[in-house]
Amino acid sequence: MKLKGKVHKYGANVDTDVIIPGVYLTLTDPGELAKHCMEGIDSEFAQKVGKGDIIVAGTNFGCGSSREHAPIAIKASGISCVIAMSFARIFFRNAINIGLPLLECPQAAEESEAGDTLEVELSSGEIRNITQGKKFQAEPYPDFMLELISAGGLIEHTKRILKARRSG
Amino acid sequence: MTLAEKILAAHSGKKRVSPGEFITVRVDLVMANDITAPIAIREFERLGTDAVFDPQRVVMVTDHNVPAKDILAAENAKLLRDFAHQHGLVYLDGGEFGIEHVVLPEQGLVLPGDVVVGADSHTCTYGALGSFATGMGSTDIACAMATGEIWMKVPPTIKFVYHGRAKKWVTAKDLILYTIGDIGVDGALYAAMEFWGEAIAELSMDGRFTMANMAIEAGAKVGLFRTDEKTVEYVKSRARRPYQVYEPDEDSQYSKVVEYDVSLIEPQVAFPHLPSNTRGISEVGEVRIDQAVIGSCTNGRLEDLRLAAQVLRGRKVHPEVRCLIIPGSQEVYLQALREGLAEVFVQAGATVTMPTCGPCGGFHMGVLAPGERCIATTNRNFVGRMGSPKSEVYLANPAIAAASAILGRIGGPEEVMG
Repeated sequence: MKLKGKVHKYGANVDTDVIIPGVYLTLTDPGELAKHCMEGIDSEFAQKVGKGDIIVAGTNFGCGSSREHAPIAIKASGISCVIAMSFARIFFRNAINIGLPLLECPQAAEESEAGDTLEVELSSGEIRNITQGKKFQAEPYPDFMLELISAGGLIEHTKRILKARRSG
Repeated sequence: MTLAEKILAAHSGKKRVSPGEFITVRVDLVMANDITAPIAIREFERLGTDAVFDPQRVVMVTDHNVPAKDILAAENAKLLRDFAHQHGLVYLDGGEFGIEHVVLPEQGLVLPGDVVVGADSHTCTYGALGSFATGMGSTDIACAMATGEIWMKVPPTIKFVYHGRAKKWVTAKDLILYTIGDIGVDGALYAAMEFWGEAIAELSMDGRFTMANMAIEAGAKVGLFRTDEKTVEYVKSRARRPYQVYEPDEDSQYSKVVEYDVSLIEPQVAFPHLPSNTRGISEVGEVRIDQAVIGSCTNGRLEDLRLAAQVLRGRKVHPEVRCLIIPGSQEVYLQALREGLAEVFVQAGATVTMPTCGPCGGFHMGVLAPGERCIATTNRNFVGRMGSPKSEVYLANPAIAAASAILGRIGGPEEVMG
């Protein structure tokens, strides 16, 4: 699957409180959450984000709380994937579970600038910076994660476990 | 094998597990709260099953937005309550019990050697009991509720050894803040932290909960203490089921060993906007405050309130400071009443509230205005954590927070107690 969009660039340790502040955690509707996405560090984000755009950030993206509202808000805002130097572990699981692709690629994260256009081939992990004419390679997912993703995500994977138990 | 590996091997039916390995783990307890349960319930209903794996091992807690701050919060709490009753789950109402990570151990729901997954990042608090407890999101929790199992990647273990004896006013909070200040907010990313040393053996259970609670603030999956006589004494009267104690092997493979001499550590203050941005209290300088919060899943236990009361007794909160004191549970609250601590607080001009996560996450009951500064015994000081993105949060232990409330600026107990 090919993704293409403009870069919104942030630094290291973007935490889930700035992605979606605590005061909005009574919301569960993705569209409502998206209106407040990144409000803690970029109050204009919800207005300027375009469909397919890409968040690029430093190390430990998504640190902090376990709120699944964070990747839900990012996905519903139109962001097609997040590229970072590294991800916090709970955020990583949550994003995979809700279908927000993440790519770990320190070089692309460092060299891409806000407003650049990126093209990402998810199956190979290839990232092309069209604006700068550069190519990067993201870390591949472990086999286990690939199986989980190709099964249609954790919910589908779990449905199969439950079905096997019922028939077993 | 390390303690983390021992527990994971036993829960995955394997003789041994190694860091990096993907395994399916049997869970002893699954938990969600009024923030995370609504999405978990929505995902659970997509699974097409009508039963959880074991109703006595699924716990629902209302504690973040209690008492309900608005209609949406009330709807979420109702959704959780109805689901819990429909499925016969363990339901802990905030008004009757308190903050999840204080209450679950108190109620004997979490025990040594357990694997616990909770839809709250501070689920790692139970590492104090020697339980492999870790936070996850709502979808993972929905699936664990249905199947009683979860996939995990076995983490590498970093061993932290704390030598020596802590100085006066240096608490478990200071040891963990100092550690995070040293290794950074991703210093233990994806790893298990294992706590050792004579300073760790000295810590009370309350102190150990404080330390384990903040393992996530270093990016860790768990923060584990070995089970000793203090742990056994704590769970003895609380446990409702048998439990198994695991010990790390002598030839455990650690990815790193970090050692500290705690006698050299002074009380720590984490400056905005990261828990790793720490300084010793002597290096704080002049930082005026508008609010002090003493409580939370980090420091809302009896020992914390006793420490705050020791500093506040017979003194007055600075006229320009709002001081909120939040017992972590009704059990803690009741004991604080019996010991006269609540009276000390009210006479000092502080507000004592019911147990709630309210101010810590900027939810309600103590939200900050732009430009305001707060010293808090909580665990996070990210931008906007307690309210306006233009407010500031400083993290410290309860004695420092209490002294600062009196001084109107960040300072230590020596300054007010002489």
